[in-house]
Amino acid sequence: MSKKNINVALIGNPNTGKTSLFNQLTGLNQKVGNYPGVTVDKKEGNTSLTGDLKAIVTDLPGTYSINPTSADETIVLKSLLNAKHDKTPDVIVVVADVENLKRNLLLFSQVKDLEIPTVLVINMADQMERKGISVNIDVLKEEIANEVVLVSVRKGEGITEIKNAIVKSYESKKATPLCSINHKIDPAYFDRLKELVPTYPLYELWLMITQDSFPDAISEEEKQKIIDFRNDSKNLKKFQHKETIYRYQKINEILKKAYVVDRSKATDLRARLDKIFTHKIFGYVLFFGLLLLIFQSIFDWASVPMDFIDATFAKFSSFVKGQLPDGVLSDLITDGIIPGIGGVVIFIPQIAILFLFIAILEETGYMSRVVFLMDKIMRKFGMSGKSIIPLISGTACAIPAVMATRNISGWKERLVTILVTPFTTCSARLPVYAILIALVIPDEKVFGFISLQGLSLLSMYILGFVTAIIAAMILHKTLKVKSTSFFVVEMPDYKLPSPKNVFFEVLEKTKAFVIDAGKIILAISIVLWFLASNGPESYKNAEQNVIELAENQQLSQEDLDQKIASAKLENSYIGIMGKTIEPAIEPLGYDWKIGIALITSFAAREVFVGTLATIYSVESDDDDTSTIKERMAAEVNPETGKARFNFPVGMSLLVFYAFAMQCMATLAIVKRETKSWKWPLIQLFGMGLLAYVSSFIVFQILS
Amino acid sequence: MFLTTIASLHIGELGYISEESFHEIPLKLLEMGCLPGAEVELIQIAPLNDPLYICVNGSHLAIRKETASKIQIIKANE
Repeated sequence: MSKKNINVALIGNPNTGKTSLFNQLTGLNQKVGNYPGVTVDKKEGNTSLTGDLKAIVTDLPGTYSINPTSADETIVLKSLLNAKHDKTPDVIVVVADVENLKRNLLLFSQVKDLEIPTVLVINMADQMERKGISVNIDVLKEEIANEVVLVSVRKGEGITEIKNAIVKSYESKKATPLCSINHKIDPAYFDRLKELVPTYPLYELWLMITQDSFPDAISEEEKQKIIDFRNDSKNLKKFQHKETIYRYQKINEILKKAYVVDRSKATDLRARLDKIFTHKIFGYVLFFGLLLLIFQSIFDWASVPMDFIDATFAKFSSFVKGQLPDGVLSDLITDGIIPGIGGVVIFIPQIAILFLFIAILEETGYMSRVVFLMDKIMRKFGMSGKSIIPLISGTACAIPAVMATRNISGWKERLVTILVTPFTTCSARLPVYAILIALVIPDEKVFGFISLQGLSLLSMYILGFVTAIIAAMILHKTLKVKSTSFFVVEMPDYKLPSPKNVFFEVLEKTKAFVIDAGKIILAISIVLWFLASNGPESYKNAEQNVIELAENQQLSQEDLDQKIASAKLENSYIGIMGKTIEPAIEPLGYDWKIGIALITSFAAREVFVGTLATIYSVESDDDDTSTIKERMAAEVNPETGKARFNFPVGMSLLVFYAFAMQCMATLAIVKRETKSWKWPLIQLFGMGLLAYVSSFIVFQILS
Repeated sequence: MFLTTIASLHIGELGYISEESFHEIPLKLLEMGCLPGAEVELIQIAPLNDPLYICVNGSHLAIRKETASKIQIIKANE
């Protein structure tokens, strides 16, 4: 007999160990559909409950209430409103923290009133003794008429009990409301509401009224009835306030019978740590020290595995070259696809290390303190204290950074953060910067110990941050967007990070980046290779023309081949594209070959290096194994007879890549997060214009 | 006893959220435990005097001064 699958959703306040429970239940059987094309925002995984019952577990974003104030909380509302009718989820597991049980039960009472089978998991039982807390589970079970499990997820205690409770709750289908909101607020009003569409639980109707959000399955007629009723309603806000106070009254009554805290036993590590971490001076010193440490480690620790990956891919490429017969396919694989994939894989160490730090900072509870410290400063630039997390993540990759803005509740603050995040130096810019700096900045030391090249790279990072801040200030002053910003951040208790949670966080973010960037680069390499080795009529005649022209000259076979290859590239489709934009980019110091790299870079910046590698290798027919850097250094500007990548061109390119919005994946994610093409287009053209003008100025001044 | 707002507390001081003006409190804060009658303690003020770090009903929260000035509290005389 095949196993039966049920849907289980995990819901709970932030910092209750909900994600730990998700990781415990699903282990490696989890996936996230977060990237362009996949419109699922949920983390899902599989677990086995009993012999013949399996569960698909969904980890919903952390929230304090079903009434949303930010984009990620809206996801929770949407999935719960669909619950009864979509058959997802069958059982809701509310994860609560034993220390803040009262506040956690508010969310539980709301979920319970949706009349879906529910399990209450009270987590962090191991902390009870230290904090002087005792809970009478049997009394609690009776009072709330629900399955209750006391567990310590971190220690792996109680997972089986949770599974059993899920099965029990699923089989009994028992789902009675906890708080009868109608009697306490305005009985007549709520009775009328209930009669309006009797098939829905009263609280669900009330949510449709207050949140203006409806289940997918609702009929147009019913929806209209509710909207009309809503338009006739007065005092909705007052009712919501009364509802919340009533819920807390009910919770207090319940907890009086089942929950005792002996304050005298509580120790206060939090207060002592807060004195340091939120200190007016030391708080900042510590934070900036930590940032420096993080960036230092990214470069130090990552260089070893990165060199290894680089060498491995180069070896692999030449090995494959030796195995395959000569021809276009071999070129495609060894010059296009393998270096292309290598160009993505090489970022893994840096991205993983950065996300490792961010995950640790979030897990320990320190990130909330940073948000607290930075809020006032960030607000001067139209952002929120919460914007600091996207801006730091942006140094790895803008895609997860843009998604991390979801918990910023003010729309304007969130929008400004999304719009400026692509200015921070993401890891895709790194190979471009690295190769250009190596070409045009001398390998010298300043004051005898500071590497000039390292200093240049650091300047590019600072340039990115400063531009982001200035852009935010301009947007803050010019954007006319209606938005009520509301800011409240919980300052969680400090705790040691759970290695398992950190591991999964790093794995998930890194995997998403690799797959997403990898797909684009692979596609671009193939398209590019095709466009470079095909062309219109003039392409087919190119070889003949060169031979005819060269007849009178005394050329060696090698030089002739070189000339033929050049003419072919120039007349290929991609060559024609590069030639077309050449007049526009000439004032910046670029020729048509760099133009080709610019075109392909609009898909993803890191393609720049690979594109030039492909172009120069298509051009040079020999099998030399010179590196891309050597080939670029050898490239000659035919007008001056000197090196193409001289100082003015290199600087102009650096500035161009610092400012231009060259990442299709980010544009796609911005479109999704802002629900409009307007903002990504503003980013594309605004940043493009800034890049063009700045590079023009830089090149004209320097040359 | 006198009426004031959370924004005027000094670090370490306590007050009780006033019963009269609870509808002025943003719903989200109410949901997070800022209930009428609850004890509020100001734990820390961020540099530049904003936001405020408070403890109310067992919840440790950071809120902006603007919000804090909307929450009326009853404070005992010094």
